[in-house]
Amino acid sequence: MDKKISPRQLVVMFWTFFKIGAFTLGGGFAMIPLMKAEFVDRLRWLKEEEFLDIIAVSQCVPGVVAINSSVYIGYKLYGFLGAAIAALGTVLPSFLIILAVALVYNEIRSEPAVQKAFRGIYPALVVLVLAAAINLRKAAFRNFFDMVVAIACLIALLIDVHPIFVIIAAGTTGILSRMWRKRWEEGDAP
Amino acid sequence: MIYIKLFLVFFKIGLFSFGGGYAMIPFIQKEIIDINGWLTLEQFMDIIAISQMTPGPIAVNAATFVGYRIAGFWGATSATLGVTLPSVIIILFLAFMITKYRALKWVDYFFLGIRPAVIALIVKAAYSLGKNSILGIRDVLIAFGVFLGLYAFKINPILLIALAAFFGILIN
Repeated sequence: MDKKISPRQLVVMFWTFFKIGAFTLGGGFAMIPLMKAEFVDRLRWLKEEEFLDIIAVSQCVPGVVAINSSVYIGYKLYGFLGAAIAALGTVLPSFLIILAVALVYNEIRSEPAVQKAFRGIYPALVVLVLAAAINLRKAAFRNFFDMVVAIACLIALLIDVHPIFVIIAAGTTGILSRMWRKRWEEGDAP
Repeated sequence: MIYIKLFLVFFKIGLFSFGGGYAMIPFIQKEIIDINGWLTLEQFMDIIAISQMTPGPIAVNAATFVGYRIAGFWGATSATLGVTLPSVIIILFLAFMITKYRALKWVDYFFLGIRPAVIALIVKAAYSLGKNSILGIRDVLIAFGVFLGLYAFKINPILLIALAAFFGILIN
């Protein structure tokens, strides 16, 4: 694996991931546009096509999406050491901030005003979570069958099946249904 | 030992999380609340709320928070390490493989098949949160207001949370 950057630039890479981790609100997905702005547009260490590959891989494999993409970027730039430093830079800000929150959580949480604030925040969260599902529907539902799969998965989850089994079953269905369709189409054509 | 237990549970969460963010909620809930009883549902919902307001992925935030509550600083470290490591291993493996071989077709099919399940996971997350938080007419009003704010007025989600907190103090 060739190294694309110098050891000194490795420090710049760490600091860039740290900044992105520290200032991106709204979860891992929000970090991706910032990574592009920094590594493709500003530093010019990655080409646009390389970045698209990175995003495609990061989103369809398991794991935390933000960490997936930073590990991949780090690997492309400086091999295994680059990957480890990129992961550290991305995780460290969340780790420090949540540690600080956890330290004061017990004292603050019992304040009546904070309790009332959380009572207001919970219903808002429900809507924001649902909105995430609504936003993803186009990428997820390519045909009627996909909707049937989604409904079956939801029923399984509601009757308390472990999510791991639901994921494995849906993935297997994906393989079988697409192979089936392919064979059927091939058999149909003379 | 508790550090190893924390590491393993969060390793599992990291390994089986597809779709990121909210799709992870049912996983984390199952492992942390139902199986291990490390947090109450209310504490868990607080973490999701805090994750929305602080930077960083929900899974990392939850790992750090749970780890700290169970076993202090080193608990937080082992849980965070656990949730991070699957990403590192999988991506390095893939990056290595992709440069060598082209991706197999059935792997692609597997991931396409998972997408509808991700939607189901997110809806389930909303259901679990809603079941315990939308209890009266005031909660319905806040939820409806946030829905309007999001879709009719295109207000930033973080600002909406701040507004919801403000109304929570005002009307409760």
